[in-house]
Amino acid sequence: MALLSKKDSKLVLDPLADNNPITIQVLGICSALAITAELKASVVMALSVLFVLSMGNVAISLLRNIIPSKIRIIVQLVVVAALVIIVDQVLKAFAYELSKTLSVFVGLIITNCIIMGRFEAFALGNGPKKAFLDGIGNALGYGIILVIVGFFRELLGSGTLFGFKVLGDPVNKTGLYAIGYENNGFMIIPPAALIVLGIIIWVQRSRNRSLIEEA
Amino acid sequence: MKDKLHQLKLKYEGKKMAPAFNALHTFLYTPNETTHSGAHVRGADDLKRTMNTVIMALVPCLIFGMFNAGYQQYIAINGAPETFSLFNDFLTWSNFLVGLTTILPLVIVSYGIGLGIEFLFAVIKGHEVEEGYLVTGMLVPLIVPVDTPLWMLAIAVAFGVVIGKEVFGGTGMNILNPALTIRAFLFFAYPTWMSGDKVWVHGAVEGLTKAGSTDAISGETVLGSLAQGAADLSYSVSDMFYGFIPGSVGETSKILILLGALFLIFSKIASWRIMVSGVLGAFAMGLIFNGIVDAGWLPTYSKFYALMSFPYWQHLLVGGLAFGIVFMATDPVTGSQTNRGKWIYGFLIGFMSVMIRVFNPGYPEGVFLAILLMNVFAPTIDHYVVRGNIKKRLKRLKTATIYPKTSDEVDSLKTETA
Repeated sequence: MALLSKKDSKLVLDPLADNNPITIQVLGICSALAITAELKASVVMALSVLFVLSMGNVAISLLRNIIPSKIRIIVQLVVVAALVIIVDQVLKAFAYELSKTLSVFVGLIITNCIIMGRFEAFALGNGPKKAFLDGIGNALGYGIILVIVGFFRELLGSGTLFGFKVLGDPVNKTGLYAIGYENNGFMIIPPAALIVLGIIIWVQRSRNRSLIEEA
Repeated sequence: MKDKLHQLKLKYEGKKMAPAFNALHTFLYTPNETTHSGAHVRGADDLKRTMNTVIMALVPCLIFGMFNAGYQQYIAINGAPETFSLFNDFLTWSNFLVGLTTILPLVIVSYGIGLGIEFLFAVIKGHEVEEGYLVTGMLVPLIVPVDTPLWMLAIAVAFGVVIGKEVFGGTGMNILNPALTIRAFLFFAYPTWMSGDKVWVHGAVEGLTKAGSTDAISGETVLGSLAQGAADLSYSVSDMFYGFIPGSVGETSKILILLGALFLIFSKIASWRIMVSGVLGAFAMGLIFNGIVDAGWLPTYSKFYALMSFPYWQHLLVGGLAFGIVFMATDPVTGSQTNRGKWIYGFLIGFMSVMIRVFNPGYPEGVFLAILLMNVFAPTIDHYVVRGNIKKRLKRLKTATIYPKTSDEVDSLKTETA
């Protein structure tokens, strides 16, 4: 990465794997369980969080020297709320069906602990460029897990990816369905997301044993 | 053969495949490292013996299930015989063959996949293969409908063994009963194959037709037809008791389950407390429902009417309640450990099974959900039972008179012990 110094690229790359907000810090689980039944919803959610977190981080970083620390949570909430409303309105205008699928969870980005966590832990103490990169990194780390979970849940639960029938047509019995395959209804319900997430955490920690916490 | 295996074991000691080999070895013979004489007391009831006893109690249910699979198909095609004769209509070779060809593959897949995963984990983790799956592998084919596709069963078994047991640390560490985890996975993943009126008769899904007509055959379980509000049942109480009704493979014959229960109680493998309290719990909930109907609080057009007016004791005769209480709730790993805890645990299983059965027509079989739920609560129940016992003893300590009372007695004791 010639564009970024080594330190800066670490800001982006670290949250993707070894310091992932979902699998390592175990933040933002609620939305990861609720909206990952479809890949499309996962991607849109990931992009929304990417926008909110990177922009919010920059805003908070710019304001960091003039926010009185007593009321900083309120200021942070105002910033997130403003950004989330933008995302919500854009979705309603250009992707109405999707915004109905995501329903309350776009609004609930406000309460996503990853966002408040990054504001508190990083943006308040670093410059806007670093804060921007940190926001990108953490949002991508969140998004990558959402997409992995969404991929498996949609593929196994509905036999589709982004709505395309990749495994064949279950009604006309083509593709895999011709030999008796059936969609797994269990993958549609939220508990399955928890199990898929658990398996991701399991795989990640067996590949990198230094991530395992002391009991 | 025996000596050869002992030599082979030494050869493989410390190698990667050693656990897999040892498992087969100890399954066939007593290992040669045991003490042959001396001060050791050798108990005969090790884990393997326990497991084998449970399997012996299950075998009659399995064989009955094979005959019943053929019988259910026969009466679905030809209609019920006018005068039922046990040997001419039920225990026939053709019935047995139908059952054998449909149920034996279920058993093979269940054991093949489950034991395969156990061996795999043992080799990767380097511990010995545990016998835990021997019973689970036998329970699984008994609690699924006859026509469960084999690949679905294979996926469910893999899920149940890995997610239900191995991630917690293997046999003895699991929170949930693995066989029921498998059943629950199948139920939520493939509901169309686990309930309805087609899955209980072999061949009904493929569209086998009645003799001399083009009507597809079907067979609804007693609970299924009750949930749909059927007032008169086509099965008599004795049919339900002996098990000539549609249902999961091994759950139909209550008399064989009863015999299995007695066998397990007398061999002291399973807890009679859990079984008795489970039955009491089911009766209690059933009586409450019957009472509501008798008091006239429930209009006859209510969708719960058929199930709530079902005589309370007959709940034991239909569905998997009896099978669940005898073979699943008594699992020593996932159940309560304390004696008082066992009474509470069993009672709530029976109580909730009947409640789920009646209130949720979508889950005509509430037993597996009730047992899984109580599996989760079993440690909590034990915790409070133990705490209560400690409190009781502390109270006793406060009011107790502690000897010696007077200083004279202390002196006399001192001289005695000096």
